[in-house]
Amino acid sequence: MEHKRLTLFAGHYGSGKTNIAVNYALHLTKEEKQVCIADLDIVNPYFRTKDSEKELSEAGIQLISPQFANSNVDLPALPAESYRLVQDKSIYGIMDIGGDDRGAYALGRFAPAILEEGNYRMAFVANCYRPLTRTPEDALEILKEIESACGLQFTCLVNNSNLGPETTPETLLASLDYMEKLSDLSGLPLWLHTAEETVAQALPETVKPVLPLQLQEKYFALPSQKPGNRPLWG
Amino acid sequence: MAERVLMKGNEAIAEAAIRAGCRHYFGYPITPQTEIAAYMAKKMPKIGGVFLQAESEIASINMVYGAAAAGMRVMTSSSSPGISLKAEGLSYIAGSDIPAFVVNVQRGGPGLGGIQPSQSDYFQATKGGGHGDYKMIVLAPASVQEMASLTIKGFNLADKYRMTAMILADGTIGQMMEPISFEDAQIETYEKPWALTGTNCERKHNVVNSLYLQPDELEKKNFERYERYKAIEQTEAMWEEYMMEDAELCVVAFGIASRVAKNAVAAARAEGIKVGLIRPITLWPFPTQALNAAADKVKGFISVELSMGQMIEDVRLATQCKRPVALCNRCGGMIPSPDEVLDSIRKAQKGEF
Repeated sequence: MEHKRLTLFAGHYGSGKTNIAVNYALHLTKEEKQVCIADLDIVNPYFRTKDSEKELSEAGIQLISPQFANSNVDLPALPAESYRLVQDKSIYGIMDIGGDDRGAYALGRFAPAILEEGNYRMAFVANCYRPLTRTPEDALEILKEIESACGLQFTCLVNNSNLGPETTPETLLASLDYMEKLSDLSGLPLWLHTAEETVAQALPETVKPVLPLQLQEKYFALPSQKPGNRPLWG
Repeated sequence: MAERVLMKGNEAIAEAAIRAGCRHYFGYPITPQTEIAAYMAKKMPKIGGVFLQAESEIASINMVYGAAAAGMRVMTSSSSPGISLKAEGLSYIAGSDIPAFVVNVQRGGPGLGGIQPSQSDYFQATKGGGHGDYKMIVLAPASVQEMASLTIKGFNLADKYRMTAMILADGTIGQMMEPISFEDAQIETYEKPWALTGTNCERKHNVVNSLYLQPDELEKKNFERYERYKAIEQTEAMWEEYMMEDAELCVVAFGIASRVAKNAVAAARAEGIKVGLIRPITLWPFPTQALNAAADKVKGFISVELSMGQMIEDVRLATQCKRPVALCNRCGGMIPSPDEVLDSIRKAQKGEF
């Protein structure tokens, strides 16, 4: 896999940007790169890059995140050290952008420097099972809104189509037509498929390239949480 | 296979409300429930509905009052401090006997508190919150699927009993994502002959009001309303029992706390401790029947809560203090770990409550 010096993950909120950014950072370190990841999410107060602080630090990855992340201060402010990503050209930088156009506004201030250096990849993360990006047309609308908010153009697509713990290889296979249509509509190539690692292993070889994801365990996962559970209608 | 989608808890509420026929949303943004408003803002204009960000919480609840009086399926949503601001309107809606649907995705308190999850608005939701004698139906989802299904249930119950139904969730369930479906959703519709829809000079005009000029009239209204509440208490309580068949100890928990507690119960069972879980799904009406029946079988109860201990009072009342009730709690935005709950179970097993 070829890497750009800067990799930006943006998309609809809940599309999986943070998990992918963290796993991509870990993947880069396996290739002995010096990696720095910045959490530029100023809109989402829960489930953040900072939750993976321990894994990142053990892998020698520097994490830059808002000073008040995971605290009770709901303050949309970015730390000054975020500039390191665009200024220190000796590192591989990864930017985890907040969801939708509202989250992408924070990226705007870095756009001139990113464009000037011209060594970046900006990936639109898509999950066709999210209700507001159920059709390629809906996803394209959000993609365009993000581009106008941050002043940068996407360069590729990431297919993170999944149904959480119910994801099977078929779940991802059923998304391929959707991604092809989104690629046609946007004119952007598909860069990666991403899937939880056991799902990734079971995918046919024709689906490539795949970045397997290690997901954080949640201690409030239900013991009975398994595919096919019928909804409770009371 | 039914279509499944991956949703945030907050989005599931918004989508379910739309499917239940809600076309009027009035709100004011606050973390951690803002996705409900964001989803409504995106969707309502596309389906001919109204999304309106009011100038304040007080304005938005009064817009709900107005639209509900006109017979619409209408909702508002907020988080703890915002619900306090809406309390006056909730009392007026109760006094006017009209249906409304309200969501509280709780955060830590009191005061401005924090933005992390909490269950410390239990008293406010189940014992009133606003002034006067009234109740609200309070539904406590423990999964994203239930955020959707209990929203639809809430709209149905609100119309059926002409009162407010409230979803009492917390920040974690609002923010987390799980796959869900809307199959088998049962949307009930009710005639609303009392609604302010215009008489066309063909009938006597309706009045929606919470003011009574004569005290005996007001008393009569309150008596009637409490007869209705009594019927709801007898028929509408919902709960889930987990491993209760042979249980000697009973954990009681709702919402996100019940998910942690379930894992702790499973771990305690692996150690040979006979423990089960009762999860209230309606907090009002409280599943008194289930708890009182359990009190005749178990040695004691453990109430697991994200508060300083609020539901524990209803557990004691429901079980008529027949058995000791221990409290296992975190608050201020913290969630107990399965190990903390397991420790409480081990202590209770040794008779320490």
